[in-house]
Amino acid sequence: MMLYPTMSKQKRIWLLVGYGLAVAILLSAPLFLSDFRLNLLAKFLAYAIVAIGLDLIWGYTGILSLGHGVFFGLGAYCMAMFLKLEATAGKMPDFMSWTGLTEMPWFWKPFNYAAFAIPAGIIIPMIVALILGFFTFRNRIKGVYFTILTQALVIITVTLFIGQQQFTGGTNGVTGFQTVLGYSIKDSSTKIFLYMVTVIALILVFIFCKYLVNSRFGRVLNAVRDAENRARFIGYDAARYQLFVFAISAGIAGLAGMLFVLHVGIISPSMMSIVPSIEIALWVALGGRGTLIGAAIGAIAINYAKSSFSTAYPDEWLLFLGGLFVVVVVFMPRGIMGLMHDGVSRLRGSFIDRSRNDQNFQKEADQS
Amino acid sequence: MKKVTHILSCNKVIVDFDGFKAVNGMDFHLDHGELRFLIGPNGAGKTTMLDVICGKVKAASGQVHFLGDVDISKKKEHQIAELGIGRKFQAPSIFSGLTVMENLELAMSQKRGVFSTLRARMNKADASRIEDQLDMIGLKDRSKQKAGGLSHGEKQWLEIGMMLMQNPLVLLLDEPVAGMTDKETEKTGELLKEIASQRSVVVVEHDMEFVRSFASKVTVMHEGKLLKEGTMREVQQDRKVAEVYLGQRRDQDAISSTA
Repeated sequence: MMLYPTMSKQKRIWLLVGYGLAVAILLSAPLFLSDFRLNLLAKFLAYAIVAIGLDLIWGYTGILSLGHGVFFGLGAYCMAMFLKLEATAGKMPDFMSWTGLTEMPWFWKPFNYAAFAIPAGIIIPMIVALILGFFTFRNRIKGVYFTILTQALVIITVTLFIGQQQFTGGTNGVTGFQTVLGYSIKDSSTKIFLYMVTVIALILVFIFCKYLVNSRFGRVLNAVRDAENRARFIGYDAARYQLFVFAISAGIAGLAGMLFVLHVGIISPSMMSIVPSIEIALWVALGGRGTLIGAAIGAIAINYAKSSFSTAYPDEWLLFLGGLFVVVVVFMPRGIMGLMHDGVSRLRGSFIDRSRNDQNFQKEADQS
Repeated sequence: MKKVTHILSCNKVIVDFDGFKAVNGMDFHLDHGELRFLIGPNGAGKTTMLDVICGKVKAASGQVHFLGDVDISKKKEHQIAELGIGRKFQAPSIFSGLTVMENLELAMSQKRGVFSTLRARMNKADASRIEDQLDMIGLKDRSKQKAGGLSHGEKQWLEIGMMLMQNPLVLLLDEPVAGMTDKETEKTGELLKEIASQRSVVVVEHDMEFVRSFASKVTVMHEGKLLKEGTMREVQQDRKVAEVYLGQRRDQDAISSTA
């Protein structure tokens, strides 16, 4: 007996074709994109990873974190510290001596080793998320209060990173990398390799998250989102689930940050501050919450638009971004994926497979 | 029926909401397999009493013992639920974004840790349990619909179904027929009889007609205290109870004399 509303065979085949095509395009991109464009795409894919991570907690668990820039940034700094030490051959980085430091701080030393730096880029954001989550979720702080606390985390972290210039490079951040594990970071072949690593990371993160949300665990997340108390009175420790998914989401953001640094070659506090943190949420909202793939599409689409648009009209870009946010919230709350879903249904001339909730929503929209 | 130790006993429970004592020294004892109605005028503390038992509200003082010697007054909601106390709220509370079937799947008694649900697979026994439950609550043809789209009555039944999947030893129901049509009330009554045959149930109810249709013990609460316990007939003939109920309507002053 089939317990789940499994898709029709036809629909499943189309979905597989779609995913297959997307993977094929991503893997063959180095063949038809210039180095510059490939590098840009690689950056977008790193953004797509953090967006998927945010969708996991926002779309599926109903917790909006506007602090993912910090987790992204922490991962990025871990990778940056490793690359910096590789560039200086384990000696003290230049910005430290400028600020009068005579000895490398102890916590920089382990970042000499990739075997430490790479896991740290995932684990450190997870630990920070666990600490913040422990005090918030256990005390039933949720909704907008939690969101504000994540923004506070951003401000605290950014202020700390700017203030501790001797350890973090201050506003300038960490840059000036030469090689990755001995290969020149500017070489075309290295760039292609790093791009491939990012594609594979994206695919693995996507599959991992898909597994999570399709498991019973994922349905508990939905349950906690819809009726936290009901979940609790059935016997689920809602706080533990929230904490777990928040930490996973932060770890994914850290991974994305590490990949970002490999492609962009710099990380500075401004890249993990308030605006980037909010932008991540915008990508997810535009793509469509609670779909995972929508988050990735949203991240790539907005950043593509940003890079094309902001070179021509640098000042208008933020206005455009703000306008887009309003449009998404008012007219397409289910994002691109929602529009696509409706489009397919309309083509078939039926709304049968849309849930009643959506129909109710449509009614409201029609009335207004 | 031979009396054994109580499955649930509450002693001198006091709940203090910023100086207002919603429950003020209430005693409550429930036997194994008993169906008990908890009635009383508005503000008597009935719902708060259920809240104390299931852990939603912490008592300022007093004890709540489950299964004889387990003190649950300091435990968290999910721990109490795991021990075997189910709670249904007045307003239907279901997972609207999940299908009817998925709602039952999550409610099903099982290991509820993060790693257990990550690995959980639906086996044949589980699937048939869910099927049976769908049959019982009459939502079989709705099983793949989103629960948010159900009618009020259907949501109530789904929630009762979820409680049964949870398979608690004690079930706390808060006004299960409120807002239902006569026909829905009747169906709920039948469900309730079936439920009560296998476990202890406490029902808070305002609908006296509904209460009367069960030959069960009734506990009357008033101003956070136990007023009277007995059969419906005994309770109805009680002078204090009449005063509390009728006095409220006829003569407001009568309340103060009973306090």
